[in-house]
Amino acid sequence: MSAALRLTRAAPAGGGGAWLLALPVVTFIVVFLAWPVATVLYTAFADGQGGFTTGHIGAFLSISLMREAFVNSVIVAIGSVALATLIAVPLAYLTARFEFRGAALVQTLGVLPLVMPPFVGAVALQLLFGRNGSINLLLGDAFGIRIPFMEGLNGVMFVEGLHYFPFILLNLVAALGNIDGAMEEAAQNLGSHGFRLFRRVVFPLAAPGFVAGAALVFVKVFDDLGTPLVLNVTNMLAPQAYLRITSVGIEDPIGYVIALVMVVFSIAALALSAQITKGRDYATLTRGGTALRKRPLTGWNAMLAYGWVLLVLALVLSPHLGLLLLSLAKVWSFSVLPDGYTLQHFALVLTDSSRMIGNTLLYCTLAAGIDVVLGTAIAYLLLRTRLPGRQWLDWGASAALAIPGIVLAIGFLRAFRGLELPLIGGALTASWIAIMLAYAVRRLPYAVRSCVAALQQVHVSLEEAAQNLGANRRRTARRVVIPLMMGGILAGFVTSFITAAVELSATILLATTESQAPLSYGIYLYNQSIATRGPAAALGVIAIVIVALGTYLSHLLLEARAGGAKFAVDTE
Amino acid sequence: MVASTMETPRATGVGIDIENVSLAYGKTVVLRDVSLVIAPGEFFALLGPSGSGKSTLLRLLAGFNRANAGRVRIGGVDVVELPAWKRDVGMVFQNYALWPHLTVAENVAFGLEERRWPRERIRQRVRDMLELVSLAGFDDRRPGQLSGGQQQRVAIARTLAIEPRALLLDEPLSNLDAKLRASTGLELKRLQRRLGITTVFVTHDQQEAMTIADRLAVLDQGVIQQVGTPRQLYDAPVNRFVAEFVGSINLYAGKIEDGAAGACTVSVEGLGRARVRPDRATAVTAGAGGMVAVAFRPHAVRLAGTTPVEGLAFDAEIGTTEFLGEFVRYELAVGALRVVADLPHARFVEALLPGARARFVVSAGEIVVLADPPR
Repeated sequence: MSAALRLTRAAPAGGGGAWLLALPVVTFIVVFLAWPVATVLYTAFADGQGGFTTGHIGAFLSISLMREAFVNSVIVAIGSVALATLIAVPLAYLTARFEFRGAALVQTLGVLPLVMPPFVGAVALQLLFGRNGSINLLLGDAFGIRIPFMEGLNGVMFVEGLHYFPFILLNLVAALGNIDGAMEEAAQNLGSHGFRLFRRVVFPLAAPGFVAGAALVFVKVFDDLGTPLVLNVTNMLAPQAYLRITSVGIEDPIGYVIALVMVVFSIAALALSAQITKGRDYATLTRGGTALRKRPLTGWNAMLAYGWVLLVLALVLSPHLGLLLLSLAKVWSFSVLPDGYTLQHFALVLTDSSRMIGNTLLYCTLAAGIDVVLGTAIAYLLLRTRLPGRQWLDWGASAALAIPGIVLAIGFLRAFRGLELPLIGGALTASWIAIMLAYAVRRLPYAVRSCVAALQQVHVSLEEAAQNLGANRRRTARRVVIPLMMGGILAGFVTSFITAAVELSATILLATTESQAPLSYGIYLYNQSIATRGPAAALGVIAIVIVALGTYLSHLLLEARAGGAKFAVDTE
Repeated sequence: MVASTMETPRATGVGIDIENVSLAYGKTVVLRDVSLVIAPGEFFALLGPSGSGKSTLLRLLAGFNRANAGRVRIGGVDVVELPAWKRDVGMVFQNYALWPHLTVAENVAFGLEERRWPRERIRQRVRDMLELVSLAGFDDRRPGQLSGGQQQRVAIARTLAIEPRALLLDEPLSNLDAKLRASTGLELKRLQRRLGITTVFVTHDQQEAMTIADRLAVLDQGVIQQVGTPRQLYDAPVNRFVAEFVGSINLYAGKIEDGAAGACTVSVEGLGRARVRPDRATAVTAGAGGMVAVAFRPHAVRLAGTTPVEGLAFDAEIGTTEFLGEFVRYELAVGALRVVADLPHARFVEALLPGARARFVVSAGEIVVLADPPR
């Protein structure tokens, strides 16, 4: 802790260079995040004559569909968190605390759902778990029962829970890893073991990690537009906002009230989690602390544990498996498995939609590029200068996390309507640049976290040494700081890239023509009709491959740099 | 820290028997055939450098490690198969391991709740325990709000609350500042005496071990080098490792001039020769002409006076001096040899000046002869 303080405080004031560096960052955040969101919130309260009114909120509340949508969204978000918890907590605890064969595999596979947009998995899950899906056909034959996994809200919760549990898993595994082994040994020494040990000591200590993950899941589910649309569930907030804007029009105030409600709930969820975890940093690995020896699993416990994990993994992998089957299926309907296999869906999408694939690569590369440049600048300003209000840069960029994609998209449409692009001409909101900028704004928080973490690990004395040998501040940054941060910058780029590649909430409103549509929008379009589900699945498989390749590539890059990066790690 | 008037739980001390215990992680051998008997009610120290296996041995008693071979009995009961939570040996962790999500009172109550005590008794017991460690009224504080010393007292209260059969302390003083260390050590000893609880503590600090423990075992590389009282270890180390680890010492290669082990004359080139008494040379088996280690403590070096002394005698040049208050530490040069000498300091008496020459003696009774000569 003291080392971190020293890192942030020891550097001299920024001076004019800091202001110059801050200017583009502030401009970007204000113009593309604050201004659009403010426009949305303003419109929700504007009476059209420049006055203030709560009439739109009253109107929103008087529509029974809106009240229902609101309640449903909350139910789905909470239900998804519950399901994700049920999946993630045993996985995290078993693999982090016991001699669990394949623990690394489980933790890796556990992250797999993130490499696919949830709405893509939704279609596959429909085929496996739907009313006439494989599982229910099997259950019907064997026991004459049918489980409504995918009916209405159930379906949304099922898909979202399966998709977003990695957020809880990752946070929880990290939190468990940070608990001083002596904390648990002390409890054992005083007579505690088994589930009591977990309930009384392990879980409370890891709770901040759990809460952080659960809040993220809540926000993501609340915000997700694609899944309810694909599952044809429209009585939720995000689909209602979309339908309002696309059917009634950009002037419809109810759409803005929905957006307002979504923003308020997202911020509330994140603020609540910050409040709960505040001052409870239980990362307790301290001097004299011991890393915990993993406990062996024996007898019935081992059987139960492996059985549960296998079941969960089967569930987790089912959307991928279903998607693959669907992309290769000739016909798949009312049967456990497809009736025949073909490659024609892939052939179709590769000729028809190669442009969409290209679009995704272009938009995401540019967006992730903007993100890491801004992220590096913010990290530097935050940790290495005394620029007044520098903390606000971090907060401002991170605020994007709490803004649902659909809200940002509505904000873009409203704030920039009628704005002509310089040089190329045409409306900004009708151009692919709007999509790309929306991606950059939405994924900026990931890049910022990654860059800040990377810079925190570079001991300030390494820079002082460079300056001591005659390098000025700019050359020090170029020759020492940025090379040492490169691992983190790359990680930030990849995270931004792959999460942008599966973005749909903002895309769906901003993609105006098929020629500028990215992959995710294409999958959505193909899914609109049963006849093109095959090509949709093929496109989904391609999206997964792109994301998986990106992840693997970054892993390789990080590995290759790991040797060099070690020197940068503060040894205190 | 101990309120002397109140009634405290009186644990009857149990003996601890460690028989031929070996432990290895893969190919790394941590403990080699360790045997140790700790008497009921004894305050016993495991002393050694880091990596010597002392903490592993302690954790073995607590049930956090499993031996590959050997037996461990606590109070006559073989505990090898008992899991940590059934052993009833209280351990105070080096960093105290107080749970940050619980208050001080909840921390102390934890073990009692695990034992399903009725609530009223737990309340009473927590109050007694906090009083025992002079922390009455701290019930609702969080561990993070306490100083290091207070945290340690909570950890001790938490452990003693369950009336453990034995008490294990892992480097109990290492996280305290120097001032607190000495007084806390004495408090620990007083508390242990009053409770009569068999206590094993681990430390790398020989001074700490010597001042607190009734007896200690010196470990190096997973092997017990010597077991004894602080005095025995200090006065009669059995090998070079113990001699050098316990206290500071001057140690040289020497030669046995005549006689066998027992009464013999040893010589150190440059320092002269001395007739060594039998009890000072018990570990030596080398015959006449054999090489041995000859050692003596810095405070055994005296300025030569008018009366002759039976023992080593040599002229030396004064090198660096360190003023340590009670005494002055000189580094003396005798040819190529270096001798450290602690000479008592008297008020306003100037130290010998660097570069000056003087004659020094070491009485034969202060000389330790060991079997393994330094290279």
